[in-house]
Amino acid sequence: MTQPAETLAKQLALVIDLNVCVGCHACVTSCKQWNTSGSAGPLADLNAYGAEPSGTFFNRVQTWEAGAYPAAETIHFPKSCLHCEDPPCVPVCPTGASYKRKEDGIVLVDYDRCIGCKYCAWACPYGARELDEARQVMTKCTLCVDRIYDEKLAPEDRKPACVKACPTNARLFGDVKDPESEVSKAIRERGGYALMPEWETRPANQYLPRLVRQAQEF
Amino acid sequence: MRPAFSVILFTVLAGMGQGLFLMLVRADALGADPHELAVGGFASVALLGAGLACSFFHLGHPMRAWRAIAMWRTSWLSREVIVLPLTIAVVALWSLEHLLGKPHTAALAAAGVVLCLALWWCTGMIYACLRFLREWAHPLTLLNFALLGWMSGATLFAAYWSVLHGAAAARLWVVAAMVLTCAGAAARLASLARNRALRPKSTPQSAIGVAAARVRQISQGTTGGSFNTREFFHGRSAAFVANVKSIALVLAFALPLVLLAAAWVWPVPGLLPAAAAAQFVGLIAERWLFFAQANHPQNIYYQAVA
Ligand code: SF4
Ligand code: SF4
Repeated sequence: MTQPAETLAKQLALVIDLNVCVGCHACVTSCKQWNTSGSAGPLADLNAYGAEPSGTFFNRVQTWEAGAYPAAETIHFPKSCLHCEDPPCVPVCPTGASYKRKEDGIVLVDYDRCIGCKYCAWACPYGARELDEARQVMTKCTLCVDRIYDEKLAPEDRKPACVKACPTNARLFGDVKDPESEVSKAIRERGGYALMPEWETRPANQYLPRLVRQAQEF
Repeated sequence: MRPAFSVILFTVLAGMGQGLFLMLVRADALGADPHELAVGGFASVALLGAGLACSFFHLGHPMRAWRAIAMWRTSWLSREVIVLPLTIAVVALWSLEHLLGKPHTAALAAAGVVLCLALWWCTGMIYACLRFLREWAHPLTLLNFALLGWMSGATLFAAYWSVLHGAAAARLWVVAAMVLTCAGAAARLASLARNRALRPKSTPQSAIGVAAARVRQISQGTTGGSFNTREFFHGRSAAFVANVKSIALVLAFALPLVLLAAAWVWPVPGLLPAAAAAQFVGLIAERWLFFAQANHPQNIYYQAVA
């Protein structure tokens, strides 16, 4: 458990551009729509029309504020499983239901093997896993593994649903181990960073920091 | 973390069963009656078995629990799932041997002791190996699971002995229970002091990667709750937690120590069973506190609703 995970040749991931995310939640709804109807679903909604609706989502868009008025900034912050290269959620799973794919680094849950012990969720510092209350199995972002390799789809559609849905192109998808990929270039050239680096999980997903532009005088 | 009653009961009951078995083995070495030991052994099996039964209620899919033995190479939970039934089996065999009065082997007793210690190790490591749950990620977690279990088993054994032979004859075991209760109290107070001094490593800044001096959440992305708001927050006030802490310290340590000391001085029946019962309730509160005090870094992402 203490030895670092082997480094894979390929690692699919998302890179999220905080400059352009407008917090529209299109990625949240498209993720839910695709995954509740696909191999990862159904994703339960409890009390959907009541006062305290609650449901299983693989992706959430949060809103944060940095700095103090008048220099405060509003930051819309999409959050999903980061497909860590050293995922603490995987070795703790007693059944082997949680695993990291060797071929592309996606971290997945085998729902038929999961006993719903929730230990993997305790072991994820980011709160990226959600137990589906109706099926009582652990769920999380699959990077749309049932979509990105589907040869029946047009090549431009073989991307995670969230990436396709984003109206501002805030979500980039690709192989972070390929130095020439769009995601690797974005990380390299625009200062991509990992969340909570203090836990050394080596998240594959990275975020692009905001470039705050000063008002220009003409 | 939200304390789950299934896990609280499991760890308290099983720990008491393990501690009881250690005392039985010691009493055996001192030449206790095999039939009395057998009854104690079956009580230990009952405690461990009740703990196992409770643990099933923690699972979303209890019928698949057998699958949990698969990943023993990496998962402490998997190791616990293997060691627990083995412990029950060996303690049951040991008890049966004593019941039948068959010449018994020291090997079985030794195996039982090793398994009891291994079970504490596994249970403790389930929590201690989660490095970002810093209240748990410390050797004191292992020490506490072992000492608190052993202590409660020792008090239970002293009570059992006093019921069989009178409180005066149980004095040796009263002293053992007092020593273990003092040791358990010292270890638990040390971990409480450590928790008080801990400063979180993760901050809103590191959570979203923005260096501003002031970073606060406006919306967690949902209006109702989610798994993340249910599983990782205990949802009680600071005053409630402080009360549970007082109850735990009084019922698990202070009151049993007073009752044990009283039983040593005045061998009155009833004092030792009362000490064992108080300690059991106190440990339930202690275990609740153990979970409630653990602050998960994911909670930083679930602060505000808008
Ligand atoms: S973000 Fe959490 S669930 Fe996803 S791989 Fe990392 S530790 Fe595991
Ligand atoms: S909840 Fe399921 S996937 Fe998670 S650790 Fe338990 S068995 Fe593994």
